[in-house]
Amino acid sequence: MLKHWVRMAAVAALATAFGAQAQAPIKIGTVLSITGPAAFLGDPEIKTLQLYIEKINAAGGVLGRKIELYSFDDGSDANRANSFTKRLIEEDKVDIIVGGTTTGSTMAMVPLVEKAEIPFISLAGAVVIIEPTKKWVFKTPHTDRMAAEKVYEDMKKRGFSKIGLLAENSGFGQSGKKESHAVAAKYGIQIVADEMYGPKDADVTTQLTKIRNTPGVQAILVFGFGQGPAVVTKNYGQLSLKLPLYQSHGVASAEYIKLSGKAAEGVRLPAAALLVADVLPKTDPQKPVVVGYSKAYRDRFKSEVSTFGGHAYDGLMIAVEAIKRAKSTDKAKVRDAIEQTKGFIGTGGVVNMSAKDHMGLDLSAFRMLEIRNGGWTLAK
Amino acid sequence: MLSQALQFFFSGLTSGAIYALAAIGFTIIYNSSGVINFAQGEFIMVGGVVAVMLTDAGVPLPLAIAIAVAVAGIVGLLLEKLAIEPAGNAEVVTLIIITIGASIFIQGVVQVVFGKGQRALPPFTGDKPILFGSASLLPQSLWMIGTGALIVLMLAWFFGRTRLGKAVLATAHNRLAAQLVGINTRHVLAVSFVLSALVGGVAGVVSAPITLTSYDTGIMVGLKGFVAATLGGLGSGAGAVVGGLILGLMEALVAGYVSSAYKDAVPFVLIILILFFMPRGLFGERVTERV
Repeated sequence: MLKHWVRMAAVAALATAFGAQAQAPIKIGTVLSITGPAAFLGDPEIKTLQLYIEKINAAGGVLGRKIELYSFDDGSDANRANSFTKRLIEEDKVDIIVGGTTTGSTMAMVPLVEKAEIPFISLAGAVVIIEPTKKWVFKTPHTDRMAAEKVYEDMKKRGFSKIGLLAENSGFGQSGKKESHAVAAKYGIQIVADEMYGPKDADVTTQLTKIRNTPGVQAILVFGFGQGPAVVTKNYGQLSLKLPLYQSHGVASAEYIKLSGKAAEGVRLPAAALLVADVLPKTDPQKPVVVGYSKAYRDRFKSEVSTFGGHAYDGLMIAVEAIKRAKSTDKAKVRDAIEQTKGFIGTGGVVNMSAKDHMGLDLSAFRMLEIRNGGWTLAK
Repeated sequence: MLSQALQFFFSGLTSGAIYALAAIGFTIIYNSSGVINFAQGEFIMVGGVVAVMLTDAGVPLPLAIAIAVAVAGIVGLLLEKLAIEPAGNAEVVTLIIITIGASIFIQGVVQVVFGKGQRALPPFTGDKPILFGSASLLPQSLWMIGTGALIVLMLAWFFGRTRLGKAVLATAHNRLAAQLVGINTRHVLAVSFVLSALVGGVAGVVSAPITLTSYDTGIMVGLKGFVAATLGGLGSGAGAVVGGLILGLMEALVAGYVSSAYKDAVPFVLIILILFFMPRGLFGERVTERV
């Protein structure tokens, strides 16, 4: 009798062990800038990941397995991003990494994931992440080059060819400045005035006056993010400049309109569909995705969505879809599946990746917005 | 051409006024203890942030300003009571390091309470610019300049005419002698911290409509204010104001006539030149120390 019991127990124990193995969670690792200067990017990103992993697990997980999130905060410091990535790979043994808030952090993580051969989807902006193409590295956000091109496309349509460029002396602004110069000729744009300002400057009327007094200038493009562009816009209003003002995607947040006040009226900028979820036409393929995400985020966190949280949503969903298609978490298979992502509709646009293109977005991902009556509208 | 030059001047005046307001705070604590308070920028930030929070919550602007300035004063008092005073007779360098720590701590607290975003305070008297040809100046810039001048006058009166002010100066000159004639020197340090925090709070509130405000506004303002104070001669109220205005104007002129790419180098080049050629600044007293 006793022997029988022992055998039963052993069988049961074995069954649980096997069961547990089949049910082992999928480990997703992330390193984000939840604190520090880039916190306003990392904060919505981590919230989005947590929210959607919870939702996916509540709906039964992926391939019948739950997702477990291993998250670290690099405090906007690239060195720490590097050491946390090492930890994710060596100690937590994650299956895939979705994260890297800033370009600096991402580039600090790249050598490690390339060496460990782990699929990595970055949430940072700059072109250098995917150019040249790195085998294991992908990214979801638009690049600053696309932003410059989208703006130039609109300028060309309105017949502007000579512009003044006002770039912030931050990483974002300088990268934007470089790309703006690089693609200008392609659109027949000539940059006749090239000025700079600091992210914490209280007054940039000097630079704006110089641009205004440059002969032939037809429009102004500002490249920066945070409060700098808002100060520029306020000064633009103070000087009552008549030149059309363009901003980059760096200011695509409700905060910008609020800080700039009336002066923001008529400002144009390229931005993701997510920001204008409510005014998108019903026929837009992105409409259901962006409306769904905005609602879920607002309901949970009682705050407005930002495109940055959207990047995290796209990264997570691309990863999940790829794992489903690969039918496993085998790293090479998942990597191939990510590269084969086609027609994935995210908050950032329609993603069509290839061996050459590890972002998969084209200019249609950006919408040209115009600020009207203190809100976003699609520019005609 | 003339209106362009005028606009550069106005631009410099606006930034200069902010630096001047920041610089005044440095001189008070320096006067009473020889300490350079690197948390001065944080007093400014606290003033701005609290005023924005209150106006957003529906408190009328004048009341919000009064409360914000008072809160900044309390922060100054707490800083002195909880961090500076327990250090006892520590050296000046130690105290300076304590203020750096305090500044990081204050930023952290504000980040949690206020959030990480940026916000703006409504201008006191509208945002309709005053036009001079095609050059324009915001009324808020005049508020800043006026407030700066008023603070300097009040401080001159305080240090020159009141018993408490004279006690502060006496302590700065010779702590032991001051103690011997019956001045409570511990009390004096607290007074100077509260006073400079109040000045910082006022500076934060008047400049918030222009600089916008967030938990990290204090860093750059504090740094530029320090350069301005050094330029004017540490310890001199009028020097601080002149130093701030010169710094702002030089930045604007370099941006306007040389290149905006070099603008941010101005304060740092200036501070090297000052320390090299006139370590006592423009208005600093020429003190000969007896050895």
